Amino acid sequence: MENMIEIRWHGRGGQGAKTASQLLADAAFMSGKFVQSFPEYGPERSGAPITAYNRISDERCPVHSNIYDPDYVAVVDETLLESVDVTAGLSETGAIIINSSKDPEELKPLLKGYKGRVCTIDARAISIAYLGKYFPNTPMLAAVVEVSGCVDKEQFLKDMESSYRHKFAKKPQLVEGNLQCLRAAMKEVRG
Amino acid sequence: MSIRERLSGNEAIATAMRQIGPDVFAMFPITPSTEIPQYFAQYVADGKVDTEFICVESEHSSLSACLGAEAAGCRAVTATSSAGLSFMNEVLYVAASSRLPVVLAVACRALTGPININHDYSDSMAERDSGFIQIYAENNQEVYDNYLQAHRIAEHPDVRLPLMVCEDGFITSHAIENIELEEDEAVKKFVGEYHPENYLLKTENPLAVGPYGISAYYMEARVAQAHAMMNAKKVILDVAADFEKTFGRKYGLIEEYKMEDAELAMVIMGSSAGTAKAAIDELRKEGIKAGLVKVRVFRPFPGEEIAKAIENCKAVAVMDKSEGFSACGGPLYAETAGACFNMKKRPLMVDIVFGLGGRDFTVEAAKSVYGRLAKIAETGETGDIYTHMGQRER
Repeated sequence: MENMIEIRWHGRGGQGAKTASQLLADAAFMSGKFVQSFPEYGPERSGAPITAYNRISDERCPVHSNIYDPDYVAVVDETLLESVDVTAGLSETGAIIINSSKDPEELKPLLKGYKGRVCTIDARAISIAYLGKYFPNTPMLAAVVEVSGCVDKEQFLKDMESSYRHKFAKKPQLVEGNLQCLRAAMKEVRG
Repeated sequence: MSIRERLSGNEAIATAMRQIGPDVFAMFPITPSTEIPQYFAQYVADGKVDTEFICVESEHSSLSACLGAEAAGCRAVTATSSAGLSFMNEVLYVAASSRLPVVLAVACRALTGPININHDYSDSMAERDSGFIQIYAENNQEVYDNYLQAHRIAEHPDVRLPLMVCEDGFITSHAIENIELEEDEAVKKFVGEYHPENYLLKTENPLAVGPYGISAYYMEARVAQAHAMMNAKKVILDVAADFEKTFGRKYGLIEEYKMEDAELAMVIMGSSAGTAKAAIDELRKEGIKAGLVKVRVFRPFPGEEIAKAIENCKAVAVMDKSEGFSACGGPLYAETAGACFNMKKRPLMVDIVFGLGGRDFTVEAAKSVYGRLAKIAETGETGDIYTHMGQRER
């Protein structure tokens, strides 16, 4: 299908890779796209590697298989780089976005010769700075939008604001922190 | 006006249930259907439905509670998967033969063993002789739309049979996709209220439930039940026609995709049909006349419709997503081949068992099936009729 973006998420059970893929689907949906967000479950235990997927397109995608040749890969937990072949099938015109405080150059040796763009985002530092706690999904979501351009960035921030206003209707003080967290993550992606 | 949303198959079913507002929902959780009662419990807690929500101790009990509620003249629903459906087995037959139109959502999942939580049709196919109507969906939209049509089909006076709304476990149940929802009021109006002709305590026209049927009566009851299943075909089409008139989306017993001039075709069910459609689109660009028949309704089995749809094909692969252990093909193949046997024209046909326990079915895999069919069409030789696809050699 033309103009379709396919994204694969790697995380560990309980870290929220599935939730991150759902948040991205929400953002793309709000901008008028057709979306798919689905998890692939292995053994159900916390800490085990899990995979989640997104397809984002202008028309409904009939395919219901996993994604083997993604345009982008997002890694929520950098310890997976040593045990999972995260760049398998990844398009060299795409990118990999890794949650890490390290520079992309430091992680490249772990990526089995992947020649495309390597980005890092320090989701922990950003999350703690703006949300006071470690929620990797919010900065990861923003970094994936920034790097992939799968959603118009201005539209994304606008839609997320209205989504947060709805979600935090009873805790409006959380809206601004989450928005600042998104903006900071979009600015602080490295690579 | 339709509402543009994005929901998983499970949330789509729960939403349809909320809009319909059944009298009784008897629940017992099992992966991957658990989210359905989970969402519904929230609707109950939020006061969005006045349904009697009963948490029971097993699937045998959940369906039994539904059966009791239906016998009392209520609209009753539940949801399950895999071993849960197997555990309902005894009660499925009681519901069907008692002609109590329970609507059961099934997130189809493999049966043990080895233990597996992922999708295939071994659970629902094992219940194909239970007397339930079975309707399958390709995606979340179809699950929702099938659910909106389910009660009207099941409760129709010419039918009065319980019905399974089947979705593919995880692939559909847990995948979030765009969906068009309908307004609550429009759904309520379309589905209508349930006023059964008779029920247990309806003094002017009571119902006998669970009587002993001696040999002098048993066969009459079974034949009447068989006729009800035959009647269901027309009712399913009538309800689909009204659904299309009301909400604009078209359904039949089967869906034909690029079959007008197809030489090579699959007979396939559920989400895999979508993946195969993408393969067909690619093959058509190369000039290969590929098509597919998606079986939406498996009970009653649309044998004539399938046979007619594929009669002009050269080669057909029936795609079975359950292993029936008959040693000569899966259930979809057996019934499709049976339906074609008395046709004057019929294609060469093979059975391919695939996708067991969540083994992924890709566009490339679908294309390889058409490659095999092209060879069959060219040589006139089917080779092995019953094969498996996608498994490792050792």
